Amino acid sequence: MIRVTRKYQFSASHRLHAPGLSASENAELYGKCNNPYGHGHNYEIEVSARGPVEERSGRALDPRVLDRLVEAQVLQAFDGKNLNVESAAFEDLVPTTENLAREIYRRLALQWTSAFPGQWPVLEKVRIAETPRNIFEVKEYGET
Amino acid sequence: MLITKRVEFSASHVCRNPLLTDGENEELFGAAANPYGHGHNYVIDVTVEGDPDPVTGMVLDLKKLKEVVNQEVIEPYDHRFLNREVAPFDHVVPTVENIAIDIWQRLAPHVAQQGIRLHGIRVYETPDLYVDYFGETG
Repeated sequence: MIRVTRKYQFSASHRLHAPGLSASENAELYGKCNNPYGHGHNYEIEVSARGPVEERSGRALDPRVLDRLVEAQVLQAFDGKNLNVESAAFEDLVPTTENLAREIYRRLALQWTSAFPGQWPVLEKVRIAETPRNIFEVKEYGET
Repeated sequence: MLITKRVEFSASHVCRNPLLTDGENEELFGAAANPYGHGHNYVIDVTVEGDPDPVTGMVLDLKKLKEVVNQEVIEPYDHRFLNREVAPFDHVVPTVENIAIDIWQRLAPHVAQQGIRLHGIRVYETPDLYVDYFGETG
C-alpha cells in the first residue's frame, strides 16, 4: 500500500461568531476572529489517499483525477469566497477550521466513488493549515 | 522513537509503460509521458524506528545512516535518467510510488544491519505531491 498526498491552496475569508452566544461572549471567545467585518487566510490543504500500486500505470492514484475532484468540490466552493456568506454549510455552523476540515472531507467523500469507481484508492485524510502554525487533520468525517 | 533523515536528489524520468502504445501512455500519464523525459528535485524522508541506546543516547549514528543513503540512493539516482540508468526502471515505470518502493528495498536491509527498523519512506516529487511507503506490511 502507498499513501499519496497532494497539496492545494485557496484563499477565503471568515468570521468566527456563534449565534447561540451573546456579543460579549463571542468577543471573549473568539477575540480578533470575531471582528464583524471578517478576515481571511491562505488555506493550504493536503488530501491523502491510500491504495496498492497498479501494475499497468505504476501508480496508486492518478493525480489528474484527484485534481479535478478537488477543483470541483473544494476550490470552486471556497476559493476567493466569504465562507460565512457564500457557503451553505456555514449558514448555521461556525466556519472554524475544524468545521471547514470536516466539510472538505465530507465533500470529497461524497463524490469519491464517482471520481475513483474501483475498490482503490480510498480517501484517507484531509489536513488543513489555516496558517503555517495552525493545522487540523480529519481522518473520517465526524471523527477527528 | 522515530527519526527522520532528509536527503535530496535531482533526476529525470518518463512515465511510460513499454508494454503500452504511445497513445495509451499519453492517455495514462499525460505530459509525464513525453518520451524525451522531464525532471524533478526529489526530496526523500527516510524514517527509522528504534530505542535510544542507554549509553550513547542515540537510536543510531545519523552519520552512518547518511552514508548508507548516499551509497544506496543518492549515488545511483542523482543526476540520472531513471528509465535508462537506474534498475529496475528499465521495466518498472518510475512513478513516485515505484521510486518510494525501490528506495525502501534498497535501504531496508542496510538499516536492519544497524539493529533498527526502517519505518517509512516519503518521496516528494514536487512540493505539491508526495507519497509514503511503509513496506509490504504497512
